[in-house]
Amino acid sequence: MKPRTTLTTAVATAMLSLALPAMAAPDPTDWDAVLQAAEGQTVYWNAWSGDSRTNRYIAWVSEQMQSTYGVNVAHVKLDDTGSAVARVLGEKQAGNMDDGRIDLIWINGENFAAMREQDLLFGPFAESLPNFALTHPDENPEVVTDFTLPTEGYESPWGKAQITFYYDSAQTETPPQSIADLLEWAKDNPGQFSYPRIPDFTGSTFLKQALIELSNQDDALYAPVVEAEFAEITAPLWDYLDELHPHLWRSGRSFPESGPNLRALMSDGELSLAFSFYPTDAAVAVMEYELPESVRSYVLEDGTLGNVHFVAIPFNSPHKAGAMALANFLLSPEAQAQKQSLSMWGDRTVLAVSRLDENDKALFEQGESHPSALPADALSNTLAEPHPSWMTALQDAWLQRYGVN
Amino acid sequence: MVLLPAFGYLPVLGGNTFHLEAWQTLWAHAGLQRSVLLSYFSGLITALEALFIVVLFLAASQGTLLDRAIRRMVSPLLAIPHAAVAFGLAFLIAPSGLLVRWASPGLTGWERPPDLLIVNDPLGLALMAGLILKEVPFLLLMSLAALPQLRPEQRVTVARSLGYAPGIAWMKCVFPALYPLIRLPVYAVIAYATSVVDMALILGPTLPPTLSVSVLTWFNDPDLNRRFMASAGAVLQFGVTLAALLTWWLGEQGVKRLCQRWLANGSRASGATAIAFGGRALLLAITLLAISALAGLVLFSVAGFWRFPDALPGTFTLDHWLRILPSVAKPLINTLSVGLAATLIAAVLVVATLEHAARYQLPAWRAQWLLYLPLIVPQVAFLFGLVVAAESVAIRPQQALVVAGHLLFVVPYLYLSLSEAYRRLDPRWAQVALSLGVPSWRAFWQVRLPLLLAPLLTACAVSLAVSIGQYLPTLLLGGGRISTITTEAVAMASGGNRRLVAVLALLQTLLPFIGFSLALMIPRLVWAKRRQMRGAA
Repeated sequence: MKPRTTLTTAVATAMLSLALPAMAAPDPTDWDAVLQAAEGQTVYWNAWSGDSRTNRYIAWVSEQMQSTYGVNVAHVKLDDTGSAVARVLGEKQAGNMDDGRIDLIWINGENFAAMREQDLLFGPFAESLPNFALTHPDENPEVVTDFTLPTEGYESPWGKAQITFYYDSAQTETPPQSIADLLEWAKDNPGQFSYPRIPDFTGSTFLKQALIELSNQDDALYAPVVEAEFAEITAPLWDYLDELHPHLWRSGRSFPESGPNLRALMSDGELSLAFSFYPTDAAVAVMEYELPESVRSYVLEDGTLGNVHFVAIPFNSPHKAGAMALANFLLSPEAQAQKQSLSMWGDRTVLAVSRLDENDKALFEQGESHPSALPADALSNTLAEPHPSWMTALQDAWLQRYGVN
Repeated sequence: MVLLPAFGYLPVLGGNTFHLEAWQTLWAHAGLQRSVLLSYFSGLITALEALFIVVLFLAASQGTLLDRAIRRMVSPLLAIPHAAVAFGLAFLIAPSGLLVRWASPGLTGWERPPDLLIVNDPLGLALMAGLILKEVPFLLLMSLAALPQLRPEQRVTVARSLGYAPGIAWMKCVFPALYPLIRLPVYAVIAYATSVVDMALILGPTLPPTLSVSVLTWFNDPDLNRRFMASAGAVLQFGVTLAALLTWWLGEQGVKRLCQRWLANGSRASGATAIAFGGRALLLAITLLAISALAGLVLFSVAGFWRFPDALPGTFTLDHWLRILPSVAKPLINTLSVGLAATLIAAVLVVATLEHAARYQLPAWRAQWLLYLPLIVPQVAFLFGLVVAAESVAIRPQQALVVAGHLLFVVPYLYLSLSEAYRRLDPRWAQVALSLGVPSWRAFWQVRLPLLLAPLLTACAVSLAVSIGQYLPTLLLGGGRISTITTEAVAMASGGNRRLVAVLALLQTLLPFIGFSLALMIPRLVWAKRRQMRGAA
């Protein structure tokens, strides 16, 4: 093996030295150097692609990146962010330290926590992005906190989501305004509401939402789970669910697979109340013939959970400069404004719009509004996400109690 | 690569010792026993039912027009990918689905969908129905390919001259000889049914799901320490598949003993009408179900908003097709290039093997079971290991690796489809050619291959369909960068927009369909003037 190893090493070193400028991790603080290194690179952006509007927006971003920065962005379609995490982990296990397949991941919450714990991310880089300042992190701490964990610059914010309920006003006229109300409503309207099956992200968020309301925003939720107290704190939640399940769709014997499936069930006429992470989901669905025009959106009166989603760069990406240029572009006013437009995607901006200059502010003025969309002022009441360990603990407990029927 | 983490050894996650903790966690997981039983029984029952339906049809079919029509309708069903069948069926039988919409409110009086758990039912009946829909055409094709060498018409004629009813004659004279020839395809069906993932996700039970779905969820879990439990689960899945195969084998031995008497007891007509009627009715029902499922998909792909209980969508629109088509050009090209490359290489390999066996008159290849290993070991189990292994030897995910991965699955199906046709080809044709002085390669190229054109093209169509339908291999071995129609369809399915999913499922069906149509048409065109050369239908 000896001679072959030497030859391989020699060839590898020669190739590495030629490719060195692109392969070496660029220094995020020298932005001009980053842009220069980025030009001509192809960035493989692994992003969930279950929504064609998201895909359309990402395609628009690719076009802009090509024409403005000469960076080629390829959208790698995922049905589950976990598979991207699994890939990076597999690459690290195989010793692949600098030629990963993934350059940028759309990520947040548990997946981010897992990647940080296993040292799978490159950074810190987010705070050095020129457009990051537009988010005004000191006034908007949610752009640097991911499920109570500080991002520490290892991921860059991109968009905002908030749990929004929507209902078919032709089937029901008084939707519930709180979690306690929801139980009463379900008893009056059996089989017309459900939540996604755990461990789906949206379903788990419903559990957290219910727990926050039922425990009156107990402080323990924002710190790591303490085993001994878990049963006591979550007791009201399990009592609530025990009472609720028999009145749910399919009497709680089966749950829809994911958040978008709730929408499909409402489209089929099976559900008359559902919820989603995207405030514009219902309006978009009406525009795409999925839901009837009688659908209306609203937020619970005491506020609902909201979070920010981010993009992160794996430690072994060979195109870190291109990835950083992309992350920066995503934070630019024109990209954020396009994203928020109902005709493109409808995902909310992370920028502090009131602090932008006049030209940029104008980009966000949207004359279009849709009767099924959330009224503009309804999004002020956002609850913060609990610590990520609560998500895992709640999921395991739910599966233990209701996972077999 | 999967065995090691199952026993605790995974350095990148800090597992440096061998231990059985993963198995303990697995065993303690709620619902595991149910999942295992679900996988085991759904696999066995699916195979049993599919075999039953195919055998009944073959016993009942007498070469009449109806029988030939049914036979022709069934073959294209093979082209529809599993996921598309699952989607179509899910929509067909759901409480808010096509059948209920057509019956409501006229026949049932329902204004709102009933709250019945049909799709995702806890016993897995919907899953089994979907699997049977796909496996019946497959077994039928395999049986039809194997039948001619048994001379079924002669056997049945002799039996009928002794007074046996046609159906009974077939069952007693032909089936015992046919079964050993289709044993391997039946095993492939059992293996697939016990470890299927995409159909189980759409139609199967959810609380708890079948074992393969659970294993996939654990592999994708953000909590990376689940990886150990996932590997243990994958090994368990392999065990379940083996157990199901073993049970079937034991069943075979049992049936052999028990039916000795029945074969010789001389009863000539009992059950004949049941066979005749049931055989045709069941297969017709299967075909109609599949076609209705497809019809549902077609309706959805052009539907505006479709309120329950309208029988048809309120408005029709081409929006969904227009939205999908621009983004689908590249995946289509990828699908075709990978599929054609894998099929071509597989065809060369298989034909070379078979030709070698034919030239030297070797008996059926003993090591055939090795070929079927990729079909029997659950994909989830070994693909992750394959990815890590490829990375370790610095083979980066790329198109070539994807083609190689597809080859693993395509070669067995190609071999299955082609081997019988090759073997039953009269060796005297080649001998005559050789006696006229041509070298062996010309005897092969100009005599044997043209005679086998029809079976070869059908086998290629089957393997193309198999390649198009592959999801996990494309995703993992391509590093997510090679997008095919199937990966697009599955990614879109997670978004829940049924209309767009229907468009993609139809596109996914179109490609193999074209392949099968070509496989049927080309021999007819090439041998327009030589009817005997066109091969069995």
